[in-house]
Amino acid sequence: MPLLEIEELSVDFKTSAGPFRAVDGVSLAVEAGEIAAVVGESGSGKSVAMLAVMGLLPWSATVSAKRLAFDGKDLLGIAPRQRRRIVGRDLAMIFQEPMTSLNPCFTVGWQIGEALAVHLGLSKAERRARTLELLHAVGIPAPERRLAAFPHQLSGGMSQRVMIAMALACRPKLIIADEPTTALDVTIQAQILDLLVRLRDETGTALVLITHDMGVVAETAERVAVHYAGQKVEEQDVRSLFRDPHHPYTAALLAALPERATGRMLPSIAGTVPGAFDRPPGCLFEPRCRFATARCRDKAPPRQGAIAGFALCHYPLAEGRPVGHPDPDAGRERAA
Amino acid sequence: MSARPLLEAVGLAQRYVLPRRLFAPEAVVHAVAEASFTLEPGRTLAVVGESGCGKSTLARMVTMIEPPSGGRLLIDGADVAGADAATLKRLRGEVQIVFQDPYGSLNPRQTIGDALAEPLAINRPQTSRAERREAAAEMMRRVGLRPEYADRYPHMFSGGQRQRIAIARALMLRPRILVLDEPVSALDLSVRAQVLNLLIALQEEFGLAYLFISHDLSVVRHMADAVMVMYLGRVVEQAPREKLFAAPLHPYTRALLSATPVADPERPRARARLKGELPSPLAPPPGCAFNPRCPLAIAKCRVDRPALEWRGETRVACWVA
Repeated sequence: MPLLEIEELSVDFKTSAGPFRAVDGVSLAVEAGEIAAVVGESGSGKSVAMLAVMGLLPWSATVSAKRLAFDGKDLLGIAPRQRRRIVGRDLAMIFQEPMTSLNPCFTVGWQIGEALAVHLGLSKAERRARTLELLHAVGIPAPERRLAAFPHQLSGGMSQRVMIAMALACRPKLIIADEPTTALDVTIQAQILDLLVRLRDETGTALVLITHDMGVVAETAERVAVHYAGQKVEEQDVRSLFRDPHHPYTAALLAALPERATGRMLPSIAGTVPGAFDRPPGCLFEPRCRFATARCRDKAPPRQGAIAGFALCHYPLAEGRPVGHPDPDAGRERAA
Repeated sequence: MSARPLLEAVGLAQRYVLPRRLFAPEAVVHAVAEASFTLEPGRTLAVVGESGCGKSTLARMVTMIEPPSGGRLLIDGADVAGADAATLKRLRGEVQIVFQDPYGSLNPRQTIGDALAEPLAINRPQTSRAERREAAAEMMRRVGLRPEYADRYPHMFSGGQRQRIAIARALMLRPRILVLDEPVSALDLSVRAQVLNLLIALQEEFGLAYLFISHDLSVVRHMADAVMVMYLGRVVEQAPREKLFAAPLHPYTRALLSATPVADPERPRARARLKGELPSPLAPPPGCAFNPRCPLAIAKCRVDRPALEWRGETRVACWVA
């Protein structure tokens, strides 16, 4: 049984202009000890889906799903009191902005110790010992001196290490990391990613990495789900995803990376992600897809099987060619 | 290699004196020191480095937003320091800048047609309103925006479109030098390629010289002709693009390259991770500023600062490399 089970999760927000569906029928299963990545651009619903798992969405959001469970426990109908026993203990989250995620009024030691006191009921001396151990594990030099430090006295990288130490405090089974390195410099990013992978290897904590950076995905994740406009459009293990993407969106994203460029001009994707008011009736990627036909415009695409990377597409790609397409070479000249 | 550089910086430096606290000694930050480079028409010089390395200070000096505290800045052969007001105004029109955040750099209460016409209204007051509107419409077409959008406000555009607007505005005075301060860092992946393509096309069309500031090495590798790597306010390596990526000399350049994630899961990972963090620019370490984090540091590195020296086509500041 997977550690985290998400089946057909949808999230609707009440807005002044009517309901907006931010997450649309997304499924994901994460096994114990696995590193899964959720990739997407802004507005792809990747963060909102994971906030729904954590129960951190505001009142204006309505969460519905066929199944939403963690470690065998149903998270949908769970009472808030029960949820708080899980969140922060077995299920932890790291956010993008380490500087704004820490409470500026309390010391680092106090903030890490809070989870230890609430969830594990440790004594003051035990909390201190465990906090030192955690700060040491995340690579903070001279942890004894850092216990009394306030967040403003730390650099961005150090703050993110503290956030990771907090997430690790109760030895969680799963950590959800939402763009954990986006606000950091590259040399610090490398240190933090190494740290997350090392902690998984040592403690067996599963990791869901939410990111938009294909480089981070390639170097860190084992399995990847690609999101577009609230839907999961493809899911594959990392090597096959980069070798043979099955959804035209994934293929176009990878082709647009400067490091994969063959010429001076990059093959770009025309247009922008659809918003709340210009959602196409059929496939959401249809207006930007170079293989789109009338069928893509009118009819929502089916979910393909595992062999086609669960692509949400009428004509999933195999080795760059659309399968079942009336004119497989249609998109060629536009791409050239 | 072209004949005459459009812009020449010789030993450019910027120091900031911080407000003094009671009884504390005066604190000075050397944000940039001894930066020398040239910009040529149709070519791109990339500036790479992490936060606090001085790349944005460099941009402010090159765009003449701040006068340098040391060194010389020559634009089109004219020294900026001694220039009179009229010359300075002309030179400012030659150098324009595009900022990182297209959400913060456009006035939300100004239509984009007005935003584009404004540089002309200020710098070419002899033009008529109709001429300015026509010029704005023409530039919008050039950067791939529909001219009918001229009466819309910035919030009605996506991030990629806003960055097109910012680029269009920077080009209104037909500058010859464009400073691009992290121009695609705030953009989504699928839009990033569009904006990079636009920048390449505009450079070819107008023969622009780009000073391309970025922390993203895969973008720099695609865009730049030459690269300048900065660490804590100083240039540590300066080289043609192929040289820098094929044979980086400075240990910091090597560390940057190895830390940058590459979108290829099959690539064997060369782990040469840097330890530690950037030291405070207020109290840089003696000797080479990189020595506390450097895997190759020797005793000399902790005492003497290496100067930038030629090694073939590359210039590098390192005792060991």
